[in-house]
Amino acid sequence: MSRQLKILEHALSGLLRRKYKNLTLLIAYTFTVAALGSVLFLTQALKTEASESLTEAPELVVQKLAAGRHDLIPIAYAETIRILPGIEKVTPRVWGYYYDALVKANFTLVGFAEKPRDLELLEGRMPGAADECAVGSGVAGIFGAEIGDRLVLIDAHEQDQLYEITGRFKASSSLLTNDLILLQENALREFFSMDRNLATDIAVEVYNPLEVSIMAQKVRFHLPDTRPITRNEILHTYDTIFNWRSGMMLAIAVAALIAFCMLAWDKATGISAGEKREIGILKAIGWETADILTIKFWEGLAVSLSAFILGLITAWLHVFTLGAPGLTPILKGWSVIFPTFELAPAVDFYQLFVLAFLTIAPYLACTLIPAWKVAVSDPEQAMRS
Amino acid sequence: MIRSLFFMILTGTGALLLSALFFHGHSLDRKMNDKRELVRILSLTDLALFSEARYTRHPSQADLFSAFQDFPGVFEHFPSGSLVMPTPIGMTRRIKIIKERQP
Repeated sequence: MSRQLKILEHALSGLLRRKYKNLTLLIAYTFTVAALGSVLFLTQALKTEASESLTEAPELVVQKLAAGRHDLIPIAYAETIRILPGIEKVTPRVWGYYYDALVKANFTLVGFAEKPRDLELLEGRMPGAADECAVGSGVAGIFGAEIGDRLVLIDAHEQDQLYEITGRFKASSSLLTNDLILLQENALREFFSMDRNLATDIAVEVYNPLEVSIMAQKVRFHLPDTRPITRNEILHTYDTIFNWRSGMMLAIAVAALIAFCMLAWDKATGISAGEKREIGILKAIGWETADILTIKFWEGLAVSLSAFILGLITAWLHVFTLGAPGLTPILKGWSVIFPTFELAPAVDFYQLFVLAFLTIAPYLACTLIPAWKVAVSDPEQAMRS
Repeated sequence: MIRSLFFMILTGTGALLLSALFFHGHSLDRKMNDKRELVRILSLTDLALFSEARYTRHPSQADLFSAFQDFPGVFEHFPSGSLVMPTPIGMTRRIKIIKERQP
């Protein structure tokens, strides 16, 4: 232990002698780990948010397809589904999109057919009349609207429709409700000029959760022009979007890893004359190759471990304290309204271990291999270089 | 030995700080029950992350290749389209070729 501490002392003295070079290296290394860690934390948090909150999404959503595209579904289809054995509840859903040319933003209009009730994540109340609405915090934010104000939307007949804002979804729910405008279902039907015999799609609840995929097959059998989407498929969609091989991870992780490889390659090929001379002197005064490799191991570990810990702390603060300002432009794309992140931290330790392995191990190898090459050569030649 | 002790204390403090952040994150109230209630009552199916196009706003509800259905052969032009992969949910139809004559 004491011997290792002394070797570490020597290694740290060596690092301090080349402090500017090593400081630059530490900053670049920390930045790389922070970039990779930020993507890891953000995707994991979004994945957790989706997988935990969408567990209450409809067990089955039945859409109608016409000419290969999503079409409005006849309410009569709901009756066909309702009489299938094992079906608990069938609810036609009315929802759609509304593009506002002034702010150039898309909003999601959702119809609500049940009796208004109190929601923990809603300030104010749900719409209780046809001329009332509740809005997401993104909608309220972009127009500066408050509860009690009136929202003017242009309906399918190009007529202005006024809705009093009775509720505003809290910012903590903005990942789910940011662009929502909630109206009573009948009011939304009139707004979209949607036939009373049609709905956007049908939400289905099944008695036995194990039978959902069987029910989906039955629905497809009885109504061949439909497309049933199960809750598991919804959850799987988000798992796919934010997994290791997703576009988001690839976009940043590959760039950061390439930058890191260049850094490591430069380190591996560019052992300086001073370092060679130092190794030569140590060999000449009787140090073993194993001792020199131990010094280099501690040097590499000191830099990589410090960079790894600093990088992860930076990534954590970037994502969970600052709201990931470096990554949101990538997610935001051309969206005008984008949720403010209040993500609950979620960490996958397996992914952290992989990140540690991908960053620490190559750097250690790149430190040890060139040092070993010099250490096994003639000390005189090493001192002369 | 001062440097090595200083380094070990510094690294240990960093590791402790990181562990504290992880622990703090896990102990935070995520309001998950309230969110689940919201999802159940409003029958929500997707996160309001990418609102730039309908097939990115509701990736789980979108048709496969919705982007290309707006015009045959059109290029994907929304940035988030490159992050959201199309999911072939409920798409089971297959093309069959029946040969006129067996060789």
